[in-house]
Parts: sequence; structure tokens; C-alpha cells
Amino acid sequence: MTLLSIQNLKAHFHTEDGAVRAVNGVDLDIEEGEKLGLIGETGCGKTVLGLAILRLLSENTTVEGRILYKGQDLLTMSDHEIRKIRGKEVAMIFQNPLSSMNPVLTVGTQVAEPVELHQHLKKQDAMQKVIGMLKSVKIPLPQERVKEYPHEFSGGMRQRAMIAMGLICIPSLIIADEPTTGLDVTIQAQIIELMKEVLRDSGTSMLLITHDLAVAAELCDNIAVMYPGEIVEYASVRDLFKYPKHPYTRGFLNSLPARGLKQMVGTSPSLINLPAGCKFHPRCTFATERCRKERPELIKVGKKHYVRCFLYD
Amino acid sequence: MQKRREIMSIVQQLKEDKLAVTGAIIILSLMIIAILAPHITPYDPVELDLENRLTSPDRNHLMGTDNLGRDVLSRIICGARVSLGMATVVVVIVMLLGLAMGTTAGYFGGVIDGIIMRLVDVLLAFPNIILALVIAGILGPSLTNVMIALGAIWWVSYARIIRGSVLSVKEKEFVEAARAMGCTDTYIAIRHILPNVLSPVIVLATLDMGHIILSIAALSFLGLGAQPPIPEWGTMLNEGRPFMETAPHLMIFPGLMIMLAVLAFNFVGDGLRDALDPRMKEGTIK
Repeated sequence: MTLLSIQNLKAHFHTEDGAVRAVNGVDLDIEEGEKLGLIGETGCGKTVLGLAILRLLSENTTVEGRILYKGQDLLTMSDHEIRKIRGKEVAMIFQNPLSSMNPVLTVGTQVAEPVELHQHLKKQDAMQKVIGMLKSVKIPLPQERVKEYPHEFSGGMRQRAMIAMGLICIPSLIIADEPTTGLDVTIQAQIIELMKEVLRDSGTSMLLITHDLAVAAELCDNIAVMYPGEIVEYASVRDLFKYPKHPYTRGFLNSLPARGLKQMVGTSPSLINLPAGCKFHPRCTFATERCRKERPELIKVGKKHYVRCFLYD
Repeated sequence: MQKRREIMSIVQQLKEDKLAVTGAIIILSLMIIAILAPHITPYDPVELDLENRLTSPDRNHLMGTDNLGRDVLSRIICGARVSLGMATVVVVIVMLLGLAMGTTAGYFGGVIDGIIMRLVDVLLAFPNIILALVIAGILGPSLTNVMIALGAIWWVSYARIIRGSVLSVKEKEFVEAARAMGCTDTYIAIRHILPNVLSPVIVLATLDMGHIILSIAALSFLGLGAQPPIPEWGTMLNEGRPFMETAPHLMIFPGLMIMLAVLAFNFVGDGLRDALDPRMKEGTIK
């Protein structure tokens, strides 16, 4: 069953220099239990997409389209209704575990917050739950550590606590925005292992936002590649790595150290001045006249494999 | 536990600051005197003794007597109670008002922010004491009215500082994380933002205790605050004025007490500021 269905989502910021078109017509479905990776370069609108789902963007943003969660449109909900979704149904894990925790509150208090908010548990019951949750994310001596402050936690421990905070209400979907960035490689591996385990146990779906292909490959079932504001390729992890179709995806994969560290020409375009036609054509070696004028649609090239490129038309 | 550790480290730093220690000792002694006032005064502070008027300090009256023969030392001791008590009440009012206004303005922004901050600008444009004079003058002379007058104008600088801190704290990621968790705006403002903006307010409040004692004394000196026979340092100064040449002790002792209290609070405030914010150690003020 489709848990979350994003339909023709657009998110534009209005600035003095003009509209920043961060998300331009994204369609994505996340099934129950599915782990979907959203990968792309810095500034391609991945995080904005994630924030748009929970309506966390600032007020000067126009968000259009539909985001159906279990059939309800999140974008037209009242503030009161969306607050009941946030943290309880759809939780978010943020990029930087230090700045995402309040420095003046104990870790226990903060992890307990979602339970107190959504399940109205008493302080002691909530704390009991927190201790159990911290144990399941493998924080040693949880009954001691709930009383400590975020600065007394190491980076990896903090990220574990963040994961605990995200999962404590057993949400149906978790949006993880670069959960392993800023951690060193050994800790990254631990966190990935941990996320795999807790997601399997709880059956929670995940939207993983990352620029790290290895992490996405490790954690996800399917991957959507984003290039300024749109999905350019969607495939299962296996297909994407074995048979990348879009020139951008190929370039992206070839820039991995394991595949020769080949640099892709150019940089991703400014979100204010997006090129006409295919957004990738200025950097594409296969670009034709058609690519400069027409915007390609997503073309089906295999079972659950879609690509936005005229080469496969 | 952690909180206690943090407080201990602040106390440790304060201990090394000699001025702050001196200030703290003075404040503590004044507080003890204020609390014990009715039990330690050698004479009744309002009892007249017309036989012994305007006597200079001697063995019977350590600080002499005033024009109605009341013992100055007893009046000074009771005055500590009035001055410190009132200043504390005013500081608490001012802090609560400033926190409420500053947080509202900073967190919600927009029109609310505009209205509150313009009000703050208008109030800041006048010297505090003049506005307090006007308000206390309109309300009529009494201790309560002086407290109301000072409370009504003094919150503005707090509101400003708090608004500034709130503006920077509300952009932090943990505020967004709290929103993503489903917290309401009011909850975020009180639970997540307020504790992060408190430390400059505590410093300001300690420094302001001195200023407020001074203002209360000033208003009382001008006849708007404590009314005779209530012993208040400012009122005592005023009462002693006609006898300044013949009995200077009537003004010297209350004056000294005001100076002592204000200095002590400033010392502690400075020390606290240094201890809470190490970057400020190089003498920059506010």
C-alpha cells in the first residue's frame, strides 16, 4: 500500500533576486515498509523536499501540488492536524545531531518530548520508555545517560539519541536528512547498521536524503536521483548501480572514488536561473537541440526503472 | 546533577573574583540585616524622643538621632528591609515582563514585534527616572506606586536583549527539530527558547538591582516613594536635608548605605557576567 504519495510537488522561495525554484514538479511514492533514497548534489532541493513533506518550510515559500499521507493531503491540513502527524506519524532525523539538540535540556527530557506530546504519558512512564528506546539504539547505561546533556555525548551517541527520538512514537515514516554526514566512517557504519536493525524491527518506512551513494545503497530498496528540483532517475538500488541510464546518474556514479574519481564537468545550475529544456543539458555530453528546448518526461525503461532523458525516447 | 556541576563551576569562578566576593558578602550581610531587622534594632525606628534631638553619634546612638529624636541606626536597619525588598520585587516584575514581551516579539515577529519594539523605542527615548517620576506623580506618592512606575518602564531594556537572543536562538536547528516533532509555538518558545536566553538576563538583573535601589531612593528623596515615618534610605536623605550643616550624619549614613548596596550589586553583577560569558572578560560592558 502506498504510504506517502507526492504528486507534482513544487516549492518556490521568493527572494529579492527572484523566485528560487527548489522543487519543480516531483512525483514520488513511498510504499509501506519501503526505504527510499533521495540522492543528489548539494543544493538540488533534497532537503527542501523533505521539509516540505512536514510543512516545515518558512512562510515565504509557496508549496504547490499534493502530498498524500495515507490518503490525506498534508498540504491542506490545519495546523492542529499537521502537528499530530509530525513526530507521531512522520518523524524527522536531522543532519547535525549537535545543533539539533537543545543544549540546555537533558537528553532524556528531549527524547521524552514526543511521547509526552503525542501519547500524554506521565513523566516517569515516559522516562521509562526513553530508557528502553536508548537501550535499543545501543546507548550504554541508558538510565545514567538520560540525565546528561547533549554536549556530554559523543557525535555518534548523539546521532543514536536523535534516532531514538525519531522512532520513539513508532512513526510510519521517518525522514532522515543526511543522518550520517559529519560522523567518521567507523561510526557511520555503526549508525547504518543500527538504522537497518531498528527499521526492520519497527517496520517503519524511510525517506533517506543523502549525497552519499554508499549509504543509500546500504540502506535503501529504491533510489531517486534528484537534479535541480526534479527526479531524473528512479530505480531499485541494484538497477541504478548496474544499469544507470541518465547521463547525470552515470556521471555521479563515475565520480565515486571506487570508479575512478572522474569529475563531472560544470556545476549544478542556480535555482533562480534554471536552464530551459532538460535541466542537465549544459553539462551533458549527449545534449541535442531537442534537449535545449523541450523538458523530457519520465520514461519507463524497465520494471520500476524510470529516467528523464530523450536518449531513451 | 549536571546543573549543580555547572553552578559549582560558576561559583568557583566567582570565588576567584575578589570584588565579586566582597560584593556578595555585603549583599548577604544586608540581606541578613533586612530579614532580622525588627529583632536587632537597638531602638524603635519610629519612636520619637524629643529630649535627644539631633545628637551626634555617641555610645547610646551609634549613628546619632534625627530631628525628631529617632535613632538613625535603627532606621537604617529597617530601611535595608524596605530598599532591598522593594528592589527585589521590582526586578522580578521587570524580568517577567521583559521575558514575556521580548520572547513574544522575537519569536512571533511581524506586526506583534513591530508594535512591541516601537513601544520599547519610545520608552527608551526618555530617561528612566523622568518617566518613573511622571508615572509615580500621576499615581500619587506611595511605595506601591513607585514599584509600579519602575516596573512599567524598566522592562524595556530586558525586552530588547531578550528579543535579540530569541531571534538568534529561534534559527537554531533544534527549534526546527522541535517543530518537526509536533510542538506548538508557545511550547517551543517557553520550553526550548527561554532557557537559552536566560543567562544575559540574570546578569542584567543583578546589575540592575543596584540601579533600582538607586532609583527607589531617588524617587523617595523627591517625596514620591516611601512616606514618613516609613524608614527608607532615600526618604531619610530628604528628611535630613534641612539639617545638613548642623547634623551631617543624617545624610552621611543613609547615603553611605545606598552607595554600599549599589556598589555591592554592581560588583556581583560584573563578576557574574564574566563567569557566565568568558568572552566578556575584557571590560566591554553590555
